[in-house]
Amino acid sequence: MTAAQVRLTIDGMPVAVPAGTLLVDAAKQAGSNVPVFCYHPKLDPVGMCRMCLVEIGRPQRDRATGEWVRDPNGQPVLSFSGKLETACTTPVEDGWVVRSASELAIEGRRQIVEYLLTSHPLDCPVCDKGGECPLQNLTMAHGPGKSRFLFDDKIRLDKHLPLGELIFLDRERCIQCGRCVRFQEEVVDDAVIGFFERGRKLEIVTFSEPGFDSIFSGNTTDICPVGALTTADFRFGARPWEMNAAASICPHCAVGCNLMVNSRREAKSGGNLVVKRVMPRQNERVNEIWICDKGRFGYAFGSSPERLTRPMVRRDGTLVKTTWDEALAAVAAGMRGAGKDLLGIAGGRASNEDLFNFRALLDRLDGLLVLDEPMPGGEWTGLGPGSDLGRLGPADAVVVAACDLHAEAPIWWLRLKQAAERGTTVITLNLRPTRLDKHAAYCLQHGLGESGDTVLALQHPGRAPAGSRLQAAADALAAAENVIVFYGREGLSAVECQALAAGWGRWLVKTSRSGKTNNGLVAVWPRSNTQGAWDLGLRPAADGLLQALDGKRFAYLMACDPVGDDPKLAEAFRQLEFVVVQELFLTPTAGLADVVLPAQAFLERDGTLTSGERRVQRFYPGVPALGDARPDWQAVASVGEALGVPLESRSAAAIMLAIQAAIPDYAEVSYQALAQSTEQWPPVGGADMYFGGTAYKNHQGLGAQLPRQLLAEHLPAEPPTSLLRQPRPAGLTLVPVARLYDQGITLRPSTLLKDRLATAGIELNPQDAEQLGLAHGAVLGLVWAGGTQEIPVQLSADVPPGLALVPRSSGLKLDEPMAAPLARAEVR
Amino acid sequence: MLIEKYPQEIERILANYPPDQRRSAVMPLLYLAQREEGYVTRAAMEEVAALVGLEATQVGSLVGFYTLYRDEPSGTYHIQVCTDLPCALQGAEAFAEDLCRNLGIRLGETTPDGAVTVEAVMCLAGCDRAPLFQLQAPDGIHYHENQTVESALELIKHLRREGGRG
Amino acid sequence: MAELLLLRHRERPELGELDGYQAQGGFDGLRKAVTTMTPAEVIDLVKASGLRGRGGAGFPTGVKWSFLSPGVFPRYVVANADESEPGTFKDRELMERNPYQFLEGVAICAYAAQANLAYVYCRGEFWDLAYRLEENLQAMRRAGLLGERMFGSAYNLDIRLHLGAGAYICGEETALLESLEGKLGQPRLRPPFPAAVGLYGKPTVVNNVETLANLPLILTRGADWYRGFGTEKSPGTKIFSLSGHVARPGNYELPLGTTFRELIFTHGGGTPSGMAVKAIMPAGASSSILPGTDAVLDTPMDYESLAAVGSALGSASVIVMDASVNLTWVLRKTNEFFKHESCGKCTPCREGTYWMLHVSERIQSGGADGEVKLLRSVAAGMQGKCLCALGEFATMPVVTGIDRFPDDFQSNGRGGR
Repeated sequence: MTAAQVRLTIDGMPVAVPAGTLLVDAAKQAGSNVPVFCYHPKLDPVGMCRMCLVEIGRPQRDRATGEWVRDPNGQPVLSFSGKLETACTTPVEDGWVVRSASELAIEGRRQIVEYLLTSHPLDCPVCDKGGECPLQNLTMAHGPGKSRFLFDDKIRLDKHLPLGELIFLDRERCIQCGRCVRFQEEVVDDAVIGFFERGRKLEIVTFSEPGFDSIFSGNTTDICPVGALTTADFRFGARPWEMNAAASICPHCAVGCNLMVNSRREAKSGGNLVVKRVMPRQNERVNEIWICDKGRFGYAFGSSPERLTRPMVRRDGTLVKTTWDEALAAVAAGMRGAGKDLLGIAGGRASNEDLFNFRALLDRLDGLLVLDEPMPGGEWTGLGPGSDLGRLGPADAVVVAACDLHAEAPIWWLRLKQAAERGTTVITLNLRPTRLDKHAAYCLQHGLGESGDTVLALQHPGRAPAGSRLQAAADALAAAENVIVFYGREGLSAVECQALAAGWGRWLVKTSRSGKTNNGLVAVWPRSNTQGAWDLGLRPAADGLLQALDGKRFAYLMACDPVGDDPKLAEAFRQLEFVVVQELFLTPTAGLADVVLPAQAFLERDGTLTSGERRVQRFYPGVPALGDARPDWQAVASVGEALGVPLESRSAAAIMLAIQAAIPDYAEVSYQALAQSTEQWPPVGGADMYFGGTAYKNHQGLGAQLPRQLLAEHLPAEPPTSLLRQPRPAGLTLVPVARLYDQGITLRPSTLLKDRLATAGIELNPQDAEQLGLAHGAVLGLVWAGGTQEIPVQLSADVPPGLALVPRSSGLKLDEPMAAPLARAEVR
Repeated sequence: MLIEKYPQEIERILANYPPDQRRSAVMPLLYLAQREEGYVTRAAMEEVAALVGLEATQVGSLVGFYTLYRDEPSGTYHIQVCTDLPCALQGAEAFAEDLCRNLGIRLGETTPDGAVTVEAVMCLAGCDRAPLFQLQAPDGIHYHENQTVESALELIKHLRREGGRG
Repeated sequence: MAELLLLRHRERPELGELDGYQAQGGFDGLRKAVTTMTPAEVIDLVKASGLRGRGGAGFPTGVKWSFLSPGVFPRYVVANADESEPGTFKDRELMERNPYQFLEGVAICAYAAQANLAYVYCRGEFWDLAYRLEENLQAMRRAGLLGERMFGSAYNLDIRLHLGAGAYICGEETALLESLEGKLGQPRLRPPFPAAVGLYGKPTVVNNVETLANLPLILTRGADWYRGFGTEKSPGTKIFSLSGHVARPGNYELPLGTTFRELIFTHGGGTPSGMAVKAIMPAGASSSILPGTDAVLDTPMDYESLAAVGSALGSASVIVMDASVNLTWVLRKTNEFFKHESCGKCTPCREGTYWMLHVSERIQSGGADGEVKLLRSVAAGMQGKCLCALGEFATMPVVTGIDRFPDDFQSNGRGGR
């Protein structure tokens, strides 16, 4: 389905573009840079700034025949109106001859720049945008050089206005292009900033609580074509030309957004590089040019003073700092003879290289290796080759089950919202309403324990009552050309989640979808590289960590904190003879260890992560390591050496060679292949940052998506339907849910986000609260970990009756729904 | 909450538009909110937003754009004199100044008792009956045409004594 | 005075009441349309009448209706009652005193457009008027002149009222639609035009109050009768809102093609001061200003003739200024107005109106040399670049004022009123 091509000439250059292309974009493709401020290729055209004025010559048509009038040489006779037109609002037509550099056009733009600058303060020397400012650049290129507007007629306005604690507004610099307002409304459906007043008094305001209450707010500073919107972290922090840039991948969720880490050498850090900001790096298959605020602002943990910088060993019951040599000697002594009685636990925060070495060590010692995240299904997840959420169309469908994408993987939420806007049928299944529902064609809310039944009815048209919404959704799904299924674990037991993943896997095979482009299964993993861990053979403990620890004498943990998540496990770890923990922070688990090894943060090292869509992507070092911290793969190799197990210890790249040899799916995934990139539309960064904003152009690699083709034999047999229907616990049920700004260890050190972190609390339906005698702000007492834990209660009508939502990382470790162990309910 | 106080009026306003176009009701609802408090409070912006399915910012934005809405408290009565070109040709500017002088205030100010604010506004579509002003009172907007300073002062006296629409 | 088609209430005040209006043949036009004509026939009849939009642009009304995207429903009709152009007060009189003729016109338009819902977008300042219009609509509903199965046909219609809240720009039809949708009153890009993508994204007709008020008589008396008024290209009568320096300001309904002289002197009684007419703004503040020369005074006021003398009829809001007026003051006033009313959406209008006001204030108070040239240049620079007509309108009095009244700008206008 390709659109018809339109042929025209722009500034003497013939170009052919699909019908419907806007003239400004066609010009870009023809190599003509028509300047813009309000236009942005990711936003609807509005024609506000009037900067993109060009002259258009249209072929004259014979009134009778409708044919082009031609001159004696056979050339179409053109008519120019003598008026300028906006290239950003005008779709091209055949035969046009466009002049963007005619005298009229140049003069028109010169005037527009002069108008734009009448109230702009021209404070470029102290402006954060200076050096990467579209207004600055375009003024130099198109402006009059000298303004006739009197300086003291300029309006004086607020220059340091916090819209919230993350984004600051300089009202004098704003040129009212509305990119920020339109981004919030059109792109991310969070209209929490808007215009106030009108005419020259037009200004950006927010009336949300907290101010500028959007998890995508930082993107507005990238597309702001002036220095009006700046981030609180970068504001007055550095000049763009002073900074180094290192390509990275966001470590906060399974989407794998491409980042650029900007850093600068600073005296106060001993001349070392310091991270000044994190920016999006374009990858149209992953995050386009956007990132969420967690990814943008959640880097402070790297430079946290709480970071482990030196190894520690336990002496006389206390952990004391030491050298690597001594720490490794302690490991060698403490773990001597470790074999089947060794348990290795790794988290999905670790890179593929880390996990591969860790697995190699455990394999060689014959220990048991488990993955810390208990969510099932990673052996079935993956998409057909060439899949791209950005190319889902009206004939396609997406099922999103048991998760809250807006909180767990914001950019996937955005990509699916956009798919829905292109006509893709989005079907949500969950216990409760989530933000994606607004964009979904079918929202199939089900009760606790009923997910299996709902999925079966969805997969088998005819099971649900005729005329029901479920039936309509089933019909739509059956008719869809391509289907991608996202699943999480919200509200599901391990058994249910396993059944859900396998059930969709079987359905994708049965309907001959698996292995085809834009078909497949995606797990909404809680960590950035959980998929990589599965790919490298790691699996969650079949019956839980406590069971896995049973009979073990030694444990080695990397990038996970099971005791922090669940204090009930502390005793089991205390029973072990020797525990080694390799971590960023002195977590509760590390606090119980005999040896603690300091690991480098993602900002300090290289490696690869495999996203939930199974895209393997490289990240690069941005700043030097803190203290003696080592990358996890190297620390594991050191431990291996201490235990007599030689492992690859030269470089992450060398480990990838071993992965290529050992893991068939990764055979083609060389560091060189991952570093390949191609031209992407729209062009961003570089000299034409006025077009697409300051997001970075991707020169460092788009990564490689590993396709998955499932076959029937990969999947377990269909369980009896009776197994799918889970008994619902009686009374109030605690249900763990995700919050974007959770209390995870990579977010807690952020001073910037601290006001937005989820607070410990339980969300209840007001009816239930009334029955329990609880008012808003009251405290619920739960029998927990051998004592009584008091949890504040919040009320929300969005919580289905009978459920109590428990945000993850907020004090109550909960993998699956459970009956609330009520101690008492009291009103404070 | 407006919805508790004026459920029927709100219902009637919403019914004025197609069921899937509740956003259209935002302007009449803002008039209702302003009538209640004399200006549109933050709480009212949030309530109106919830009623029509918008963000509070989108509602606040309208309050800023349209001149008949106010986002902060001011005098109970607003005497808004048209001083646009046709009225000015008939002496409206002098009228407004004289009126203010008699009230001991400057244009745009509120009398010390907080009762009356005198402002200049753009064309009110009454150019043949200048000088004229619109009186913004708690119950709505009323025109007073072919005015003299005396007639305006008489009206103000009445407003201070009786209240209502004058 | 010629026969009144629109201001008939001046002779027959009873038209303001539903009974009185019906007794004068009111709603016969609507009944005829709904019961005996197809929508296409109504459109053809209006086309044949030559009726042109009275809001300012003068576009043929029937032709505008025929642009409605075929086959797309629902459709809407919106009456533009956001009368805000300085010097214009005709729609207000029509709605206040001859409301049913206007509302019948809305209904006829809605039938022709096959719309089942019409809105009257009334400026918020017309609060009391809107209250009465609401009563008029209730009376029509009670009398079966709105509602289901009108006149026994299959046609249903309701007309509803929507109040603006103070924004001149909402008189621009796409800004009006935005406002009616509960958004900022900022103009949309055109195309698409409202006939294709209008209210709620559906095909929509937006017509001015006066335009609509013509329809009942065209329906009952026919296109030929209507063409008996006015000129060949500008048929019908027009309400001229006469204001400024005239002895008898007010609305005058006259055939299109009446001269300025007749309007200002015969009907308006000339200038109260007895001084000569110095300048005329024929289309409110949005005018190219005309000097009060004999040639201008003898120009027939119709769309074509005014274009020929370098102005436009617009909404026919004739502001008269006598010799006491200095144009520097006039430009300061118009610039104040447009700066206040610019919606801020597009750069040249937002910044240009603000800039022009600053310069014209200095010129009026006798500023430095070069300011007049600058003012003209700022205005000329805005021309052809604005998103909607408001910015263009703002430049017209400035450019024509400076060009046509050079004496006033010689000394930077010191001493002007």
